[in-house]
This record gives sequence, structure tokens and C-alpha cells, in this order.
Amino acid sequence: MVDEVLDAKGLNCPLPILKAKKKLNAMEQNETLEVLSTDPGAVADFEAFCRTTGNTLLESRKDGDVYAFVIQRT
Amino acid sequence: MTSEQNAKSMSIIVTKGALDQAYPPFILATTAAAMGLDVTMFFTFYGLGLLKKNMNLKVTTLGNAAMEMPMMGGHMAMPNVLAALPGAGALTTSMMKNLIKKNGVASIEELRDLAVEAEVKIIACQMTLDLFDYKPSDLIDGPVLGGAATYIEVATKSDINLFI
Repeated sequence: MVDEVLDAKGLNCPLPILKAKKKLNAMEQNETLEVLSTDPGAVADFEAFCRTTGNTLLESRKDGDVYAFVIQRT
Repeated sequence: MTSEQNAKSMSIIVTKGALDQAYPPFILATTAAAMGLDVTMFFTFYGLGLLKKNMNLKVTTLGNAAMEMPMMGGHMAMPNVLAALPGAGALTTSMMKNLIKKNGVASIEELRDLAVEAEVKIIACQMTLDLFDYKPSDLIDGPVLGGAATYIEVATKSDINLFI
């Protein structure tokens, strides 16, 4: 199970990233955040965000129209 | 995961102040800050209007040949002769604001608040204040007043420098 969930469905670039960052800031190291998004651009964006910030992208999947990203705070 | 680990930095010169032209600098600045970069924005000429407490931003198709609006299942450009008519700018602005809402795109006010919250450094161009007769009290709290030299010093230390 993840520690926190962020529902960013319906939001467009760059809001899913900005809201995820805010949420991660308030979390402890090694805790996990699941972000739900309907923005197809978020797939590449969360990969780039995690590579640049050093957080770990544990999972990136698509359930119907919703993308889900599981990020572990490092 | 913050700037201790990733010491990159970015500066943006913001020169344009229309509603559509305000997006790229604020989107890039807030995202870069979220990715751990130290970000500085230098607001000059029409970009300075984006620091006003009350922005009231507008967009026009006049002289903007590439601008098409999604309409009735297709895309429509407005000829300059129509775009110049009274009320055409207000119509285009309200259409753009509807598109922004419909597509879950943040408002410029929201992005600006997020930039301030993310501690993006803001420089307001003193010469532009003088030129267009603005007072520092017309602007949001926080900007440093400065000129070209203030910006250039930041630019010499930044990994990425953008002019928008």
C-alpha cells in the first residue's frame, strides 16, 4: 500500500508535478506517493521529474483513462 | 531531493505580458523550482505587468497569424480585419479563459502564487517601472528592484538562461 494518494485527475501541465512536489515535501523519506492523472504528458514528465530530483519512480501504469505513478521519496 | 542534491539553476527574462504569453515563463519557472533548481525571473517591458497586484490579462488574435481557436469541431483563425473590431479582443480573451478552465490549466494568478511559494527569485525592472510610470506599490510583495546588471550577474551563474 502507498502512504499518500494525490488525485490530480483533470489537471493539466504543470499542476500534477507541482502538486506532487508539494505533497512529497511534506512526506518522510522512503514513504510512497501515488499520483492519479488524466494527462498523457504526465507519463514522460514524472519520469523526468524523478530522474532529476532523485526520487524513485516505483511504478507507472494506466488504468483506463487514468495514469497512476507511484513515487518513493528519497 | 532539493537543491542541496541538485544545484542547477535557471533564469528567465520575461518580456511579454499577454494572457497566452504569460504561461511559458511561469510554467517553466514553477516546474524547474519543483525539480530542485534555483530559479530567477527578470520581468521587463510588457512582462512587468505580470507582477501587478491586479493583472487583468488579455489576449488578441490581431497580428497573431498562428492563432486558431477550437470551434464547432474544427479550428478557426480570426482575420485581422475582424480582430481589430471593438469587442473582438474581449471575445477572444473570454474564449481563451473558458478553454483554460475546461482543460484544467492553471490560471496565471495560481502559477504566480506557486512561483512565489516555491521561492522563485523575482527581479522587477526599475527602468520599466519608470518608463511606464508604475510604482513598486502597484506590484506584488517580494520583487527585488534592479536592472540589466542585476540580471546579468544572475545569468553568469545560471546553468540555463531563457528569454521569453
